[in-house]
Amino acid sequence: MGLEQFIQEAISPWMKDEGPDSDIVMSSRIRLARNLEKIPFPLVAEEEKLKEVIDEVEKDFNEQSFEQYQDFELIKMESLKALEKRILVEKHLISPHLADKTKQGAVLISNSEQVSIMVNEEDHFRVQLYLPGFQLEKALEEAFKIDDWLEEKIDFAFDEEQGYLTTCPTNVGTGMRASVMMHLPALAITRKINRMIPAINQLGLVVRGLYGEGSEAIGNIFQISNQVTLGRSEDDIIDDLKSVVHKLIEQERYARELLLQESEIELENRIFRSYGVLRYSRLIESKETAQCLSDVQLGIDLGMIKDISKSILNELMVLTQPAFLQQYAKKTLHPQERDVFRASLIRERLKLED
Amino acid sequence: MECQECNENVATLHFAKVINGEKTEIHVCEKCAKEKGYVNNEEEAYSLHDLLSGLFNFDSASYPNQAAMDTYRKEQLKCEKCGMTYQDFTRIGKFGCASCYDTFSKHLNPIFRRVHSGNTKHDGKVPKRTSSALYQKKKVDQLKEKLKAHIEKEEFEEAAMVRDKIKAIEKSHNQEGEGE
Repeated sequence: MGLEQFIQEAISPWMKDEGPDSDIVMSSRIRLARNLEKIPFPLVAEEEKLKEVIDEVEKDFNEQSFEQYQDFELIKMESLKALEKRILVEKHLISPHLADKTKQGAVLISNSEQVSIMVNEEDHFRVQLYLPGFQLEKALEEAFKIDDWLEEKIDFAFDEEQGYLTTCPTNVGTGMRASVMMHLPALAITRKINRMIPAINQLGLVVRGLYGEGSEAIGNIFQISNQVTLGRSEDDIIDDLKSVVHKLIEQERYARELLLQESEIELENRIFRSYGVLRYSRLIESKETAQCLSDVQLGIDLGMIKDISKSILNELMVLTQPAFLQQYAKKTLHPQERDVFRASLIRERLKLED
Repeated sequence: MECQECNENVATLHFAKVINGEKTEIHVCEKCAKEKGYVNNEEEAYSLHDLLSGLFNFDSASYPNQAAMDTYRKEQLKCEKCGMTYQDFTRIGKFGCASCYDTFSKHLNPIFRRVHSGNTKHDGKVPKRTSSALYQKKKVDQLKEKLKAHIEKEEFEEAAMVRDKIKAIEKSHNQEGEGE
């Protein structure tokens, strides 16, 4: 398979569209946790019971379409090889937990890969909906539609007092986690982000790295999401998150301006050195890749690097992950081999731009 | 007096609960008292002690022995549907099934408050298909409160009107249920 075709298949179709403020907000996501009333939660349920959940989903939702979300496909974890599961994780379509730790885990994915519904993860259902750029309201609206669609056939565990009942007390109520993925290189370079995180936390919001809980912010990519799910409506939660994201966008733009004014040559130097590393290195590990990609993306956004597609960061962040590299290499790679292969994939990819 | 839970049997257990100075009276039959967890559901459950420990959360500093008993009893709580005990729940930090929320209900608000910035009550989306039933239940609950207030004030004409309203709602709801 050629690189171009490989990229075509590797990048989720929805990621190719450009959303509002997409120079800073890479994507918006809504996740809803839902459970069945009648069956114990996946944590304690017997495998047979969990199989009933899958069977129901298969009967009612597999190969179905709903509005613009076409051809949902049910993929059972047991039918996948380890590498195939990792690829779904790296595409953020399933969680590592679903890939490795569940009995009777499955995922229902729309063909645009915009909607993925994990079945028998920590909760019976985890609905995820992605939109490119900064579009939280739209994402919520769409996620609600999907939720209503499921609810036509499924009785969700719901209590007037406590809302949607979830396995973990941290999700009860709305069951909603709204998050945005932000590229904040200037706030990271100037270390302003370190001072902003505690203030954001005080508003009941959490800042994490690219791969969720406990992960560090590689490539200056930060995930901002709500913590509280009980006692505040989805709209209120989104409003809070939106106002913080607006503030962060404003601050990031300001920090970029300031960097340009006060240390343009140093910034330019940094960006082009990173570009050089990506273009010519023969060995590169994933963390350095992420850092260099972040610099190059900043260079593109500031107009210093021209004629490179804007989606390079989004794209190569996914493609240079271990499972994708091995998929492209069509064999298992040791860490050192991965670094060699990663360097060559990046070089080839950048050549496509020439 | 009718049991306020089932509205069928005669209420044989009466108690008042005071939370932050707000007094709520509870009148239930034995069956509902057991089912709804007003009293301990195990064998001879009706000691005054049980009633008290179920209804009041004694301040652990002023009642150390009582607190120890409460903790013990709390840990013995077990969800009948999935087998999760309260002890398991506190250890894992996760519920076993939807019924656990009922089983452990008396001990959950402090946990929710801690995790959700002081909130304990849901605000937001409600399942569409079941929401009309929920709305009706809410309405009926409110009317029942009203009914009780009228009766206490011996305003029997008003009470009768409220009672008829409740009946009408419940009747229409039952018909809907049968129609499905």
